[in-house]
Amino acid sequence: MRDRTFAPSRILIYLIVSLVAAAWLAPLAVVVLNSLRANEEIAQGSMIGWPQHLAWSNYAAAWNGFCVAETCAGIRPYMLNSALVTIPATILSTLLGAIAGYAVSLWRFRGDSWIYGIVTLGIFLPQQMRLLPWTIVLRDTGLMNTLTGLVVIHTIQGLSFTTLFCRNYYVAIPQELIRAARIDGAGFFRIFWRIILPLSPPILVVTVIWQFTHIWNEFLYGVTFTTGQQQPVTAALIALSAGVADIPQHGVQSAAVMIAALPTLLIYLIGGKYFVRGLTAGAVK
Amino acid sequence: MAALSIRALSKRYANLEVLKGIDLDIESGEFTVLVGPSGCGKSTLLNIVAGLDRPSAGTVEIGGRVVNDVPPKDRDIAMVFQSYALYPSMTVRQNITFGMECRHVPKAEQEKAVANVAKLLQIEPLLGRKPSQLSGGQRQRVAMGRALVRDPLLFLFDEPLSNLDAKLRVEMRMEIKRLHQRIGATIVYVTHDQIEAMTMATRIAVMHRGVVQQFADPDTVYRYPANLFVARFMGSPPMNTMRARLQADGSGPVVVIGAGRPDEVRLHLQDYDAATSYVGREVVLGIRPECIAEGDRAFSGASGPPVVVTAPVEMVEPTGAETIVLLRLGGEPAQARVSPDVRPAPGTSAPFALDTRRLCLFDPETERLIA
Repeated sequence: MRDRTFAPSRILIYLIVSLVAAAWLAPLAVVVLNSLRANEEIAQGSMIGWPQHLAWSNYAAAWNGFCVAETCAGIRPYMLNSALVTIPATILSTLLGAIAGYAVSLWRFRGDSWIYGIVTLGIFLPQQMRLLPWTIVLRDTGLMNTLTGLVVIHTIQGLSFTTLFCRNYYVAIPQELIRAARIDGAGFFRIFWRIILPLSPPILVVTVIWQFTHIWNEFLYGVTFTTGQQQPVTAALIALSAGVADIPQHGVQSAAVMIAALPTLLIYLIGGKYFVRGLTAGAVK
Repeated sequence: MAALSIRALSKRYANLEVLKGIDLDIESGEFTVLVGPSGCGKSTLLNIVAGLDRPSAGTVEIGGRVVNDVPPKDRDIAMVFQSYALYPSMTVRQNITFGMECRHVPKAEQEKAVANVAKLLQIEPLLGRKPSQLSGGQRQRVAMGRALVRDPLLFLFDEPLSNLDAKLRVEMRMEIKRLHQRIGATIVYVTHDQIEAMTMATRIAVMHRGVVQQFADPDTVYRYPANLFVARFMGSPPMNTMRARLQADGSGPVVVIGAGRPDEVRLHLQDYDAATSYVGREVVLGIRPECIAEGDRAFSGASGPPVVVTAPVEMVEPTGAETIVLLRLGGEPAQARVSPDVRPAPGTSAPFALDTRRLCLFDPETERLIA
């Protein structure tokens, strides 16, 4: 028989947990509620309040009507920009990270741990520190203010994490598998393609979710290296709030934020269970 | 023709010398077992032969060709691993054909080869399964199939049975031996299990600390261990070794255990000419447990009655098929193999028969066999 009485300490724990959760969720609640309130309603009352009637038109306006930086097409073009940056950069950084992780974990070569160390060092470098070098690189390659430039940045920066993830997953694969395949006559890429990659879905799901979320939500590079029509949605959202100096458009802005956050949410909902499983998984048996 | 020749091979990792000047010649059709305790360098040696590791010095010849700079796939070898190393995402069939696929063997030929091997190893019903759906013994069989399908000059086995349970291990042991007899393959087999070495090998290379201690057929290794290490490593229970003194009386050299004690044991040596130079000196006496038996035992092939001594019994270990008795000979501990129904009481003394034809003497300094 389970003990159903609550000890005082337990009540205290629940209380603290509830408070933390409330504090955490409050901004989200405000944005969700405001995205459904008409502008006049927000202007008359306060930023916090229940919608009197649901203003779905905020979403339509945010999607393709609202004016951002003198173009009145809503955030749709910027969502497309984000997708055009995020999807290729996610795929490329995941694939390259898998190959790099495979190389440093299963192929011993001189200096392998140094290379791994240097690659993963990127995780600990502050983003701001990398701005200047990237400025020079983009300037010299002519990729300044292009989506391609952002793809390059995110692919290369992403390698630190994707290599770390994949390497840690692949070290659990027995070396003997590689040895057997080498004796069978398979080379580096054939072993990767035929033996390692089929074992990788759990970790690939993790890296894809991770990369997609980070690249989509990334703001600093987007706002630094692109302007106007080339901006990803995170940078455009700022322009959106800056462009409405006269009358605040909190309702539409909130709706735009909701739309911008949707893709990462969907990715997590679809792949979330793999995410948790993949992070904790040892590996192949 | 020598299928495998290893010349002055050494391997060092930083400051650690794992292999020290190995020389081995393995004839075609031989089943050679490299045996030794863990860390003796046997697996490193096998990996160097396979081309998975590079020697620091020396050469490896396979089929008369120096292969030091030849990649594993071109060495005409096949290898079976301890963990089986089956490709997890492939079916059994794909596991077996993967090597042929890499070498661009035509599909029809692949099919034929798989069918042959599957029949030989009786794994036909498993061809469509994934490794995760197989038992340990089945995986082992598939791993062997993958090696057999290659039809190489040289098979390399790296502790292939150590992941199996005891019963299956004995079965697979016999199966591998049968396979060797049937196809006449040249096999180099690494194990730490001296029973596997004794039962399967045509020749055994006993390794210790990066050196081949002895390379000979199983009977020689067992009967005339080259040194104390081999004597104590091969055999279960191992050979009893004890300090003794070599003396001489009218009938020839006598080895005395516990010289000067009231219970000293004197054993006359037969045909030990080399031992005469050790008369008056300390030696290490080696005597196999099966050469110590219950007092009324007649050893097969013995010309006269055995030497019988009375010795104190310390412990008795019945194993079912025999009884192991821990006793003291001239104060030195020794193990005896007596008949299963003989159970002398610990703490008492009992008569034991000694087969003195099979004594071994070792130099206490060099630990080498005094031939």
